[in-house]
Amino acid sequence: MQADYFGDYIVSIVTETPTKVPVEPLEAPPSNLWRDAGRRFAKNKLAVGALAVLVFLILVAILADVISPAPYDFSNLMEANEFPNSPNHLLGTDSVGRDFLSRLIYGARVSLTVGFSVQFIALLIGLPLGIAAGMFGGWVDFIIMRGVEVLTAIPIWLFALFLISVWRASDSATGGGLVNVIVAIGLVGWVDICRLTRAQLLSLREKEFVLAARAIGAKPLHIALRHLLPNALAPLIIAVTLGIPTAIFTEAGLSFLGFGINDPLPSWGKMVADSSSYIRVYWHLGLFPTLMIAITMLTFSFVGDGLRDALDPHLKT
Amino acid sequence: MARYLIGRIFGLIIVLFLVSILAFLLMHSVPGGPFDEDKSPLPPAAKANILAKYGLDKPLYEQYFKYMSNAVRGDFGISYQSPTESVLDLIGRTWPVSIQLGLMAIVFAFTFGLAAGIIAAIKQNTWIDYVVTFISTLGITVPSFVIAIWLLLIFSIQFGWVATGGWPTTGGEWSSAILPVITLGLGPSALVARYTRSSMVEVIRSEYIRTARAKGLTGRIVIMRHALKNALIPLITILAPQIPNLITGTIFVEVIFRVPGLGKFFVSSIYLRDYPMIMATMLLVAFLWSITYLLSDILYTVVDPRIRLS
Repeated sequence: MQADYFGDYIVSIVTETPTKVPVEPLEAPPSNLWRDAGRRFAKNKLAVGALAVLVFLILVAILADVISPAPYDFSNLMEANEFPNSPNHLLGTDSVGRDFLSRLIYGARVSLTVGFSVQFIALLIGLPLGIAAGMFGGWVDFIIMRGVEVLTAIPIWLFALFLISVWRASDSATGGGLVNVIVAIGLVGWVDICRLTRAQLLSLREKEFVLAARAIGAKPLHIALRHLLPNALAPLIIAVTLGIPTAIFTEAGLSFLGFGINDPLPSWGKMVADSSSYIRVYWHLGLFPTLMIAITMLTFSFVGDGLRDALDPHLKT
Repeated sequence: MARYLIGRIFGLIIVLFLVSILAFLLMHSVPGGPFDEDKSPLPPAAKANILAKYGLDKPLYEQYFKYMSNAVRGDFGISYQSPTESVLDLIGRTWPVSIQLGLMAIVFAFTFGLAAGIIAAIKQNTWIDYVVTFISTLGITVPSFVIAIWLLLIFSIQFGWVATGGWPTTGGEWSSAILPVITLGLGPSALVARYTRSSMVEVIRSEYIRTARAKGLTGRIVIMRHALKNALIPLITILAPQIPNLITGTIFVEVIFRVPGLGKFFVSSIYLRDYPMIMATMLLVAFLWSITYLLSDILYTVVDPRIRLS
């Protein structure tokens, strides 16, 4: 592009006849970040498809009470271990005769609840800490970053496993359920958001518009909330979207190891674990929950990647 | 450089120290211990004796200082679940299995990922490329225990080609290593394939590759000698953080395929509240992660001299 333009320019000097100088077609000035991002997202077929699947999954989770053929904990031992496509159960039953389709549907509710709530907790902790570290610097930054380093030194699900085992021992009566899992994953999952917020603030802090705000006497907190945060919003949205599948995976993994959701509440991870003793014969018990986990993870990653490409075209890998 | 290294090592020690305090406090902050009534029903006098033997009757800070002063000297105590062995012996028995599994997975990840990435880059936008991209997306996003179940369903149960569990060096069939290695290596190999592909695609378009082709070199030499070398640099940052993960044994793979490694042992330690074992494993993992980050930063400056550490 550059070379051609330059070539034309030279040609025009040499021949001294005013040739046509190639002009880039003028683009409409970007009116609004979100509208532009929406347009870019809509062009990404994979991301739109994934979003449709995601909306479907969310609807399934919300409407679980209405659409599932049976309650998730209703067990009929006379119909235990039925294969898919049996007269009463489309996807068969598990080893204690619970309708497998219903358990998968309620499993969606558990997984998505964990995914969204964990990210909410992570934001609640990571955002203020990130802002504090980025704005104040000095010893505040030092202490927060050491905390971040400690949590980075250990894989998050290992730490969550550890936390849950500690709580489980402290209240063995309830045995730790959904809330424990969410809090444990949230308590270790804020690190990425904290680090991202801090990095964003550090780079934005040096920009002219912040200097201008400071020059007219804006207070640090005001600058952080009104000027810095809105500009850091796009990367944060991407991080949260891509954090959801990680949280879902962590829950499934913890439940798989027997430290997560407890019976009778269905969790896909636990269903996979339960299946492993029967998988030789009752293959459907292992296949369907693993498929659900895979679909959910893929969906969130595709939507997250699509959002990233749409919101921040420079980041495209 | 030396100053930077000393600073980093000092930081590493601080992190390990904080991990030890955090783990110790959390572990001991809950009522109930490894010798409660439900686990070992003993008369009160005998229980007090056992608690005294392991120092569990002392105040918490005293226990911590005793533990740390022993640990610094290389004594990590005795495992509660296997009282005839020291923690170090136990780790020495179980970790090699995880390391074998991890190393094989790394080799698999590298050869498979590199080959797939190169082929995908050369055959860009053909069906081969799409298949590689699809499988690598699957490998990156889908959890290992899901992949494990699928492989088990297909190759072990449907076709009956390989053993479902066990480990060759601990008395299992040799074929029992195949599925765990593939499961563990698929994620990293997908990462390797994806990065090799994108970095090769970029390098292939560069001027020095055009020069090499213009010189009349064959396609194979251009790819292997000129393109690949430069495409490998970003791989260090991708692969290095995977290594501690792989050699400490992913719990899931070891549990599903009944591989008697460190990861499987960690789960049983948590069930049994085996304090010394949990502490030692947490410290080991934290140490491996911190040291890998440090090494990969150093390795970066070796491979790419434009990068300076400060």
